[in-house]
Order: sequence, then C-alpha cells, then structure tokens
Amino acid sequence: MSRYQQMFERLDAAGQGAFVPFVTLGDPTPEQSMAVIDTLIAAGADALELGFPFSDPVADGPTIQGATVRALDAGTTPVTCFEMITALRAKYPQLPIGILIYANLVFVNGIDGFYAKCAAAGVDSVLVADVPSLEAAPYREAALKHGIAPIFIAPPNASDATLQRVADWGAGYTYLLSRAGVTGAETRAGMPITAQLDKLKGFKAAPPLLGFGISEPAQVAEAIAAGAAGAIAGSAVVKVIERNLGDSAKMLSEMHDYISRMKAATVKA
Amino acid sequence: MLLNPYFGEFGGTYVPEILVPALEQFEAEFVAAQQDPAFHAEFKRLLREYAGRPTPLTRCRNLAADTNTRIYLKREDLLHGGAHKTNQVLGQALLAKRVGKTQIIAETGAGQHGVATALACALMGLKCRIYMGAKDIERQKPNVFRMKLMGATVIPVTSGSATLKDACNEALRDWAGSYETAHYLLGTAAGPHPFPTVVREFQRMIGEEAKAQILELEGRLPDAVVACVGGGSNAIGIFADFIDEPSVRLIGVEPGGKGIETGHHGAPIAEGRPGVFFGMRSLMMSDEHGQIQESYSISAGLDFPSVGPQHAHLKSIGRAEYPSVTDDEALDAFKALARHEGIIPALESSHALAHALKMAKQTDNEQVLIVNLSGRGDKDIFTVAEIFEQRGEI
Repeated sequence: MSRYQQMFERLDAAGQGAFVPFVTLGDPTPEQSMAVIDTLIAAGADALELGFPFSDPVADGPTIQGATVRALDAGTTPVTCFEMITALRAKYPQLPIGILIYANLVFVNGIDGFYAKCAAAGVDSVLVADVPSLEAAPYREAALKHGIAPIFIAPPNASDATLQRVADWGAGYTYLLSRAGVTGAETRAGMPITAQLDKLKGFKAAPPLLGFGISEPAQVAEAIAAGAAGAIAGSAVVKVIERNLGDSAKMLSEMHDYISRMKAATVKA
Repeated sequence: MLLNPYFGEFGGTYVPEILVPALEQFEAEFVAAQQDPAFHAEFKRLLREYAGRPTPLTRCRNLAADTNTRIYLKREDLLHGGAHKTNQVLGQALLAKRVGKTQIIAETGAGQHGVATALACALMGLKCRIYMGAKDIERQKPNVFRMKLMGATVIPVTSGSATLKDACNEALRDWAGSYETAHYLLGTAAGPHPFPTVVREFQRMIGEEAKAQILELEGRLPDAVVACVGGGSNAIGIFADFIDEPSVRLIGVEPGGKGIETGHHGAPIAEGRPGVFFGMRSLMMSDEHGQIQESYSISAGLDFPSVGPQHAHLKSIGRAEYPSVTDDEALDAFKALARHEGIIPALESSHALAHALKMAKQTDNEQVLIVNLSGRGDKDIFTVAEIFEQRGEI
C-alpha cells in the first residue's frame, strides 16, 4: 500500500482529513529550509508538498515566486533538492512526500532519469505544474515505471473529458483547484466545491486535496466538511518564512503555531 | 485539440491545466474563422485600408552595388504601427471580438507588439493591458508613450531579468485568472499551441506578397529569404510561403549580442538545448539543471532565450539555417541603410540586413536576396545615438 493510501486510511480511522503544507526547497537557504520542514512535521503536517525552485514559475503568484528567488539565490539546485529529500526520507520513513516542479527541470536531462532520481530519493508523487494532462503521457509513463504517483490538477473549468482523464491517470491524490489564477493567499479558494467533488467521485479519482487560496483553518474545515480528503496550503505557509527572514527562531515558532492550527481544523465534526 | 500542436518534436501545450480550456476555445474559434469568408474579408479590409498592405518590395540601389547581389527589402517598416506586428494583431483582435472577449492582455519586448496591440484595441474598442519588463520600459520609452497615448495600460514587470521573458510569464499568470473575459494576444509565433500556428497564418501574407513581387520584378524566385529571429514571427511570416520551394534558402538571423563566445547573446537555436518553457517545447538557453538563462541583445525585440517551435523544427530537419549577427554588425547595417538608402531600419531588422550584406561580399555569383525589413528604427534612434556619440561616430 502506498504511503498516501496508508495516510488516508489512518486519518479516516481517526476521523480527520489531511493537512499538507507546501514550501519551496531551499527557501530561504537549504539549511534553514530543513529546519522549517522539520517544524512542519513536528506541528502535525500529514504529508509534504515540496517545490523545486525554477527560474520561470508561471503557475505561481508573487509569494512563491519570492520563495523561488530566495532559494535560487542561496544556490539551491535540483541536486540540492534531492539531497534534502533523501535526508527527509531517512528521518521520516512513513511520511508521504510530493514534489511540485516545472517541466524543464524534469525534461532537460531526460524524463526517465528524473523519475529514477525521485524513486531513489524516496519521493512519493510528482506534480509538474506546466504539463497539463493532455501532454502528460511521457511523464506519467516514467512516473509509473519508477513507482511514483503522477498528480494531476482538477480545475473548476475542466470539461468532463479532462476530469475523466485526470481521474484515470492520477494516483496518490487529486489536486483539486476551486478557482482560476495562480498560487496565492490573496485570492481565496472558491466554495462550495461539492459539485466538483461529486464529479471526481463519479470518475473514481484518487482522494482530492483542495489547494490554491487556502490560508485559514476555517477553509480547511470547510473543505473537509464538503467531502475533500484534505487541504494544501502553500503561499500562506511561505509567508511565515517571508515575514521572519531576519529571525530564524521566530520563523520556526510562528510556523509551528500556524501549522498546528491548520492541522487542528482537519478534525471532523 | 483540433490542429496538430507539434512541429516534429517541438511545440505542444505546456501550460497549467487551468489554461487548457482557454486555448481550446481560441483554437476552435481560429479554425472556424479560417473557414469563414466574412472573417477573411474583414481581416483583408483592415490590412488594406487601415494598416497599409500590400507593403512594397524595394530594391537597394546603392548597398551592395559593387557586388553581383541584388538585395530586396520587404518593407514591413512602412506598415501602420511601424512593424510587421500589426498584421497578426489585427487578426487576433478580430478573433477576440468573435468570442466576445472584452479585454486584451499582451506582453512586449521592444514595444512594437505593445504598440500594435494598443492601436488595434483602440480601433476595436477593447480594453488593453500590456506587460513590459522594467528594463525594456527604460530602453524603449517612445513606444511606452505611444501605447499609453492609444489608451493601453502598461504594467512594468520587475521579476527575473525584467525583460521580455518575464513579461511573457506575467501575461500567462494574468490570463490564468482572467481567461473568461480576456484574450491573451501573444505577440510572436511562439508559446503554447495554437499561438505558433495562428501567428504564422496571420503573418504569412508577408511571404505571399514578397513571392509575387519578386516574380514580377526578377522573373524568378530569390536565392534566399533572410529575416531576424527573436520569437520568430516576422521570419516565419516571410518563410511560410517559401518552405515548399526547395531552391530558396531560408535564413533566420539570431542576435549574437556581444559575440556568441562571450555568452551574452540571444541565440537559442545556435547555442540552446531542447527544453520546455513559455508553454512550448522548443530550443532554449538553459543551464545544465534546466534553469532558463537570461538572453542579451542590443535589440530588445530579439532579447529572448527561446524561439518559436516551428523554427526549432525547420532547423532540425535542415530546411532553414540560423546564423547569428553581433550587436556591432547590426549597428553597422543600421547605419549603412540609413546613409546609403535613406531608410532607418529597426535594430531587429538590421540583424537580417547585416547578414545579407555579408552574403553579398562572400560570392561573385549573381544572387537575389530578400530581406524582411520587419520594422522601422524610430524607436531605436535614442539608443543608437548614445552609442554613436560615445564612439564619436556622429
């Protein structure tokens, strides 16, 4: 059974949904980033979404763009990212680890080789932000070959044909998007999501996690109450880093507090 | 998708899932319009009565007069707006109106596409916002003023290198949230499908006219067609009708900047590697990890680290050649055309001319060359004046 399946079963039995924070690997530096990730897990993160910093992140709003710039300026490369994930995997053998990345970092040295590296480092899933399902065949093929779950985004404007493909091709979890636009806490996730959830359920999609525009515990509770398997918060998490760049201790304590509150909201009523 | 999104291994639709329906809708409307005589009639009327088509084909009287080469200039510089950009902008703006979009998003480098977009939006009553790198705003001030004068909002982009590639990213980000009311009027034959195809089809009259004109003037096809390549729209526009004429060499000239060997250039075809960026699989300047690198050229319109997918394909099958020309060579050609023919070319187009002048010197055989003079140089005179004053050349 995959780590995602184990996590969803465990949470289900406990009457909880999943809370999955996102950070960019290497933000603000690779060392501090490892301390931040340890804090996320200590504060109750059920799984991780980790971004590989890329020069041209077209799916990201200003907050995550800022994280990307900090990580790249600190010298973070895909090699650094894989080293960090290898270390995390050794420390947290059961934790589902997903990566969020842009196509060129996967493509440039060979798609198959990239997924082989993911498998070796202990990655569970890969979401390529600028590869929509209609271009995904070679990426998905390489992912499955190396035992990695390919993650697809189910957007609010998708045709039934696209949702069907997302459901058929995805594994691990489904990234449910409830609004248009790029990542960012400025524009809140759209609600209600019931209609989208019903469709995905009908197409037998992997458990849906709601992302983009999630920043408050109440949104996490609402998503789970509506039937999502959990929620992903990215920009709001990165903002905690951004706000505390000069004070590492405060960054970690604020992060612990924020993640704990978001996780607490996953307990079903 | 209704049309093939690929040119060989290049092209495709590499955008976040949220943008796929918008691209599918745009493609469907393009296909419908292509089959609609009323659309063609309206497009042609605008090109003729508003933009000033057909543009002349001018034989250089003095340049290369001491050689056996006859150089003809396809005068896109005379088009309303000052460059070939106006052609395809009118086509896309008509499409946007057909689907009921009320707003236009665009990116611009040198500002020529921005100016063309602003004028079309003023004409057709569309609300227009244009993303432009902060660095480009600085080096292309006259065009920024033109855009504003015609009612466009110019939004400075400060992320990344603050040039065209970052303006492209920002336009895509905007569109991901606004596609219901806005059309992204992409400015070159690059980006996600169907843009490379749409832009080529809306620029192909450059080559169609040039072919008819050269047959009339010379009684034969040219030996080569030469055009500068940034994203590649003027080049693919003049190439399109010659691709199936094997006797005609197709030559796309990339910006060599300070010299290819210095690394400060914008020549992804010569020096790049296959990659995925700005919605397409193409050739691009990237490091060994896949990070996109910053390009460089004296010409803002050619300062782009990637290129349209059809050019990458034409290179891979050996149908077109892509040499490069440095800043200095382009400046020399700029000066020569002004001094000897009384035409001030855009710095972009000066790259193509510089290569044609090299070709003229390299052979004693008779040859006929067509250079796409894709734009006029009014926007560049301040940049060039500064350089010439520093060198004491003027």
